[in-house]
Amino acid sequence: MQRIGVFVCWCGSNIAGTVDVQKVAEALRNEPGVVHSANYQYMCSQAGQELIKDAIKEHKLTGIVVCSCSPRMHEATFRKTAQAAGLNPYMVEIANIREQCSWIHKDMAEGTEKAIVLGRTAIAKVNLNAPLTPGESPVTKRALVIGGGIAGIQTALDIADAGFYVDIVEKKPTIGGKMAQLDKTFPTLDCAACILTPKMVDVAQHERIRIFSYSEVEEVKGFVGNFDVKIKKKARFVKEDVCTGCGLCTEKCPQKKVPNEFNLGMDNRRAIYIPFAQAVPKVATIDADYCTMLKTGKCGVCSKVCTAKAIDYTQKDEIIEEKYGAIVAATGFNPISMDKFDEFAYNQSKDVITSLEFERLMNAAGPTAGKLLRPSDGVHPHKIVFVQCVGSRCSSCAEKGKEYCSKICCMYTAKHAMLTRDKYPDTDVTVFYIDVRTPGKQFDEFYRRAVEEYGVHYIKGMVGKVSPEGNKLIVQGSDLLDNKQLKIEADLVVLAAAIEPDKSARPLATMLTASMDTNDFFTEAHPKLRPVESPTAGIFLSGACQGPRDIPETVAQAGAAAAKVIGLLSKDKLTGNPCVAHSDEMMCNGCSSCERVCPYGAITYADKEFRGPNRTTLIRRVAQVNEAICQGCGCCTVACPSGAMDLKGFASKQIMAEVDAICK
Amino acid sequence: MQKITRETLIEKANELLSSGKVNRVLGWKKGEFSYDVTPAVFTDVEQMKKDFVFDDFSGANFSKYLIKETRKEDAKVLVFLKPCDTYSFNQLLTEHRFDREKVYVVGIPCDGMIDISKIKEFAGDGVVSVNTDSDNIKVDTLYDGVKEIAKDKILLERCVNCKSKKHVAYDELIGEEGEILDGNRFDEVAKLESMTADERFEFWQNELSRCIRCNACRDVCPACTCEKCVFGNPNSGVENKSPANSFEEQMFHIIRAFHVAGRCTDCGECSRVCPQNIPLHLLNRKFIKDINEFYGDYQAGEEVGLRAPLVNYTKEDLEPSEAVNREEK
Amino acid sequence: MQVNEYKPKIVAFCCNWCSYAGADLAGSNRLSYPAEVKVIRVPCSCRVNPMFILRAFQRGADGVILCGCHPGDCHYTSGNYYTRRRMALLFSMLDYLGIEKERTRVEWVSAAEGAKFAATMNDFVKTITELGENKRLEDLRCKK
Repeated sequence: MQRIGVFVCWCGSNIAGTVDVQKVAEALRNEPGVVHSANYQYMCSQAGQELIKDAIKEHKLTGIVVCSCSPRMHEATFRKTAQAAGLNPYMVEIANIREQCSWIHKDMAEGTEKAIVLGRTAIAKVNLNAPLTPGESPVTKRALVIGGGIAGIQTALDIADAGFYVDIVEKKPTIGGKMAQLDKTFPTLDCAACILTPKMVDVAQHERIRIFSYSEVEEVKGFVGNFDVKIKKKARFVKEDVCTGCGLCTEKCPQKKVPNEFNLGMDNRRAIYIPFAQAVPKVATIDADYCTMLKTGKCGVCSKVCTAKAIDYTQKDEIIEEKYGAIVAATGFNPISMDKFDEFAYNQSKDVITSLEFERLMNAAGPTAGKLLRPSDGVHPHKIVFVQCVGSRCSSCAEKGKEYCSKICCMYTAKHAMLTRDKYPDTDVTVFYIDVRTPGKQFDEFYRRAVEEYGVHYIKGMVGKVSPEGNKLIVQGSDLLDNKQLKIEADLVVLAAAIEPDKSARPLATMLTASMDTNDFFTEAHPKLRPVESPTAGIFLSGACQGPRDIPETVAQAGAAAAKVIGLLSKDKLTGNPCVAHSDEMMCNGCSSCERVCPYGAITYADKEFRGPNRTTLIRRVAQVNEAICQGCGCCTVACPSGAMDLKGFASKQIMAEVDAICK
Repeated sequence: MQKITRETLIEKANELLSSGKVNRVLGWKKGEFSYDVTPAVFTDVEQMKKDFVFDDFSGANFSKYLIKETRKEDAKVLVFLKPCDTYSFNQLLTEHRFDREKVYVVGIPCDGMIDISKIKEFAGDGVVSVNTDSDNIKVDTLYDGVKEIAKDKILLERCVNCKSKKHVAYDELIGEEGEILDGNRFDEVAKLESMTADERFEFWQNELSRCIRCNACRDVCPACTCEKCVFGNPNSGVENKSPANSFEEQMFHIIRAFHVAGRCTDCGECSRVCPQNIPLHLLNRKFIKDINEFYGDYQAGEEVGLRAPLVNYTKEDLEPSEAVNREEK
Repeated sequence: MQVNEYKPKIVAFCCNWCSYAGADLAGSNRLSYPAEVKVIRVPCSCRVNPMFILRAFQRGADGVILCGCHPGDCHYTSGNYYTRRRMALLFSMLDYLGIEKERTRVEWVSAAEGAKFAATMNDFVKTITELGENKRLEDLRCKK
């Protein structure tokens, strides 16, 4: 039996004005378990807290009920008070007789009666309270960043600069991501490589950063502060630590007909290759799908020309196991496939290209060495049509497009149009748009310049059809402002394809037990207040894997994610919330219902031995709650059919007791 | 449909027992009366030849028994499952309740099982034996001699509204495979829904007031397989051995129905075993009908690993207020 | 004033993050609602087991209301989505058993909606008062 002390606060006249505190204290004295009852003007004051502490000691109280303001106000205060007097802080319950009683009722009798019921309810609960101790877990002071684009790079640099070790896992042979493929960046028009590659070098040279390129995350176990991760380092058949990146092999390799993914297949590379000149790590990689040596055993040219002896045809995939305290997802985006957009003739004509392909065409290191030439015949185009919102804001075409706005297309299309007019004043440029969206610093000014200074024709309307005719593309579209149909003979059509999360994000989210929205963007813990954290503790979000965004936003968010990681890694121990779920193994069926509703992936299963009948042992699958991950929502307790799952601090029995007390 | 005989099944069991593929068989045996067929475990074929029964009273769904049987040492269990039983089988696998490797499922066809209470209603007191060899059932009674009735007049409720003649799980099939049926099993629920609240209350008051809390519905239910039932768990707040806990007493059926909601395969065992003939399946079916209407068609146990509707959601789900105000919309 | 004026018993389950804060805000703004409403604080609306609601009715509550964050705003991201399904099925079942559907309600109240909380409670108490005492749910087995 508990020894409960009841403390009724007047809160000056805030409570005492409508509630007869004396009467409440008297009435509650007779409740089961109550051995002491007092009232005081201000319980939260120093004197009030002393009064509680003295009573705890004098009456050897095992639990207290404070009838006062909302627990959201002073629950923490009174818990500290109790703790100072040697009582477990979770043996404190608050009856909210101010916000939910005295402040809303005017009649003294009514207020007093309700205050008594609320007090009685809190007493009923505290009778069933048990002391709780928050769990502690250590923190591994190393972070994992998944994805080596600008988001991952910035996050890794910020974390490493703060003094923590960081590993970057990048599935491609080099870090750099989409930004490395871009030509110029809006709205300043500085070249992407010029601002990105120094950061890539910083990463490579940072003493606290390791890069696992050509690698993928294979398995994630554990929880915040204590993740165990398996990383698969794919065989590149080149010894990374030996290769000097001289590039001789990539010139001598006889297999010349491999589509170059860095230039989006617009030219070819060799079977052994370095994606681009500033690649980090600058190491060659053999493409096993095309290498004659690996496929037939006959060739070996690269090995012969390599003076560093870096080629190793027998190399195997390698699994690296490492512990991390925090994980940052920075898996980025891709333009959506244009295969289903037959109306734009993307698959029929080489001269219908996506904006990212256009970036490569304009790039000095691209397939045309920066000259704007048509992919089909290498002729300079004189009439270019840009089409915005291809697959974006497309609620009616969910099977091929996306409902959301891809956000970056308006600006990069303005950039493309402007750059084209700047370099080739003889080229006529038309842009079809639904809306031009340019919120951002210097963004609208940029767009106005494209229209007013560079004479780009902006037409409000959508293109209905692009049909190749001879060496021309007939673009049929509507001008909504003029209310007429247009037919334009173009040399080149550029589609601003919607962007979508990288395909690797979904399986990664499953491994991380991080939630995603229906578009496969990672969900943030709170859309306004916790935008760079996943609801799963210890998992952070950087860049476009969380939603479409441009480079400055990505960098800002990358820094924010890094700050959150630094905050976590700088702790030596994590103290949990003790009001977490707990599964009674004797009753658990192992049915997985709880696991399925847990938003945090806090529940796992273990096969445990139990005593069966006749001295046998039997093995049963039972749920186990990781208290470091559980946030205490209690959803599992209701999903559990057997009632094995309960929530500490809000146990079924406690809530039932509250119900009973109210309905008495 | 070719009728599967007792001998066919014994032969099959013999083959599997002697090859060592299984070492125990879940089957039916006769009870006190010929129509009292109950589940039994056989470990050798001689025992089966003596006691094994397979007839139109072999209604019991064995899925639930697999939990206990597969836990026995080195258990390799042969189980005969009718099409509707296989749904429960899959549902239990979904809930990880036993090891699939330890079970050998022989799927057997079913043309409906007989409801003894309907026979008693038809033949009156003193039923001595029931001959089910043909579709014309011969009932031997103490006072009126042999009476005949067509089998389809005395089928179990769940067989009248059979949902599937197709097995959704088996290792081996005996006989012909049937189809998933598009029955009228929700008609009765719909009829109740169309009544006024007062009429519905009266209906349920009539039915549920007969309950004697024998727990037969819970004990037979293949969804009620908890290691410890909440009604026996002191921490659940509903437990009490004596009827002193009125909460447990009074809310039993709705708590039970909610506990199996989304997991109930509509196997109809609860109504089959209820000694008071309470149409308990109408509670479960209401949940199934609602789930189908609110969240899209869902058949528990159709596949292993399905995510049950109550551990799932969509952002567009209907509001509780819409759920109860559908007619007025 | 009548001496034996009927006062219903009403239990309100409120999630800690939105609705309980909304109730507090109603108090801070001195927006009154009847004293018959007694709030039980739970971490999330998804903590509310249908058994708690049945228990309240069986112990003599005349109405039970469950308040949580608006769908999409759950502090725990998805709790109230599960609540919504559970309660839709439970309420529909109670209705099916012939119990007055007005006795149960789910309302989404954010921490900023003090006025909505008070208005909701005023309305709910009015509805329940008109319905009168809960007779049917005290014994679901409906013993005559």
